[in-house]
Amino acid sequence: MAAQRAPRTNHEADQPSSPVLQFGPDKPLKLDAGTVLSPFQVAYQTYGALNDARSNAILVCHALTGDQHVASTNPVTGKPGWWEVLIGPGRIIDTSRFFVICANVIGGCLGSTGPASTDPATGRPYGLDLPIITIRDMVRAQLMLVDHFGIEKLFCVLGGSMGGMQVLQWAASYPERVFSALPIATGARHSSQNIAFHEVGRQAVMADPDWHGGKYLDFGRRPEKGLAVARMAAHITYLSEAALHRKFGRNLQDREALTFGFDADFQIESYLRHQGMTFVDRFDANSYLYLTRAMDYFDLAADHGGRLADAFAGTKTRFCLVSFTSDWLFPTEESRSIVHALNAAGASVSFVEIETDRGHDAFLLDEPELFAAINGFIASAARARGLSL
Amino acid sequence: MSVNRAQRVDLEVVTDLIPPHSRVLDVGSGDGVLLEVLQATKQVDGRGLELSQRGVNECVARGLSVVQGDADKDLEFYPDKGFDFVVLSQTLQATRNPKLVLDELLRIGNRAIVSFPNFGHWRVRFSLLIKGRMPVTKDLPYSWYDTPNIHFCTIRDFVNLCEELGATVEKATALDANGQKIGLSMPWWFWNFFGQQAVFLLKR
Repeated sequence: MAAQRAPRTNHEADQPSSPVLQFGPDKPLKLDAGTVLSPFQVAYQTYGALNDARSNAILVCHALTGDQHVASTNPVTGKPGWWEVLIGPGRIIDTSRFFVICANVIGGCLGSTGPASTDPATGRPYGLDLPIITIRDMVRAQLMLVDHFGIEKLFCVLGGSMGGMQVLQWAASYPERVFSALPIATGARHSSQNIAFHEVGRQAVMADPDWHGGKYLDFGRRPEKGLAVARMAAHITYLSEAALHRKFGRNLQDREALTFGFDADFQIESYLRHQGMTFVDRFDANSYLYLTRAMDYFDLAADHGGRLADAFAGTKTRFCLVSFTSDWLFPTEESRSIVHALNAAGASVSFVEIETDRGHDAFLLDEPELFAAINGFIASAARARGLSL
Repeated sequence: MSVNRAQRVDLEVVTDLIPPHSRVLDVGSGDGVLLEVLQATKQVDGRGLELSQRGVNECVARGLSVVQGDADKDLEFYPDKGFDFVVLSQTLQATRNPKLVLDELLRIGNRAIVSFPNFGHWRVRFSLLIKGRMPVTKDLPYSWYDTPNIHFCTIRDFVNLCEELGATVEKATALDANGQKIGLSMPWWFWNFFGQQAVFLLKR
């Protein structure tokens, strides 16, 4: 099984189903790690049409295990795009009005250069030879894609979780290129607790003998057990105790009584095992290591002398932040501290906290209050930008 | 969006004080009615700070720049003179530390506009003096035990606080029970007795 699945991931990594922009030796990607990535490529999806003034472009930044297939069928899973509830013709982010771009992040595994991509220097997958990637590196690559489209200023950059980190980085690094920014369920830094959970996930991957020191693709193997455990642990952090209890309680899985063994007696166990198993079918284990590391390294205030407000000094970008009451991965306080910094910088900022028991994952779900906030923010920003509605 | 009479008169007086294209922070912006009027009639660059999350979410859904926050705690995050006007409409009496809040308003705004119900109004005095009861009126409909208004003051008290904080009263308006402006020629004691609402334009 593992040997059969491996080539499929490999295929999407090098020759994805998405359009790809290739950057040759003349256009290296400068990395925070102090080196460059060259050549490299960015896989992306676009929806809608860029207007003549090139003023209607929205960049969507995906989360840790997301991808560029934001509003169309995912070629690996066959499932709808991960934000199709929000983005599409006639949706809140209406692709008949806006030109929506979503790129696979550098370090990912669906076509942008990442550890599963073939290293042109060796003809083998990069594995751990890929330099460490940061959120800022991802954004630099996205900027090169935006430049390729000839877009001076993005109308909006939005995303949740790791996507929200990229939104904040965009606003801090290239304020003049971002008209409005919508970071959702995110933080300006990864907390100690979040780093701790990521470390558990990484250690699970590395403890799997099939990981082979990161060279599993060379062996035709994949550390599926380890990656599945990592996903199971992470998945718990995306939910909330209340939501878990509401959905699963202590219900038993297809049985009348406890079996006095270690099978998945409880529905929650079965659910997590399923989450783990389906995840390994679509995600590269080394990518998981790189992207969790990128989030861990993110600390926007530290890049600006410890003062977050300085990251946004003089910004003209319009901000709207959203958090969820039951999100314990990126609790409301994280968003609030960004709001305080933006206030201190004199920025235009809105901030909505949404009451829900669905935890961190709420940003991906059909949350009417989230959609109302996004709709109000996008509509007023569009008026301010002079985009006809 | 429901606007009671006191709020409506307040809106008009406050709106008249703000020139077009000003930068305005509305502290206690509620459901955003003042910001919406100011944006529509004065094209202001308006921001809001509102305690209730429900109010904030409504504002943002209507395209207003509003954040959830507490006037008692969150004003410290705003920079000095970041706004032309900071408005505190019918909220001062509900703050825990009105003196600190007023001080912050004067720091953040080039000018502060503060409106509040006058506890020196004759109806209030009458209720206490004759009935011996805390006043419950149309504009102050709460009983003493459930009122959010924990720091009532009279117009005179407020003028004293302004002096203490070094603020200059550039303009003051008192409104009688019918929402009519009380003549400028009238002395303070008259305002303090017949003014049901007061709106002050302050500078420091």
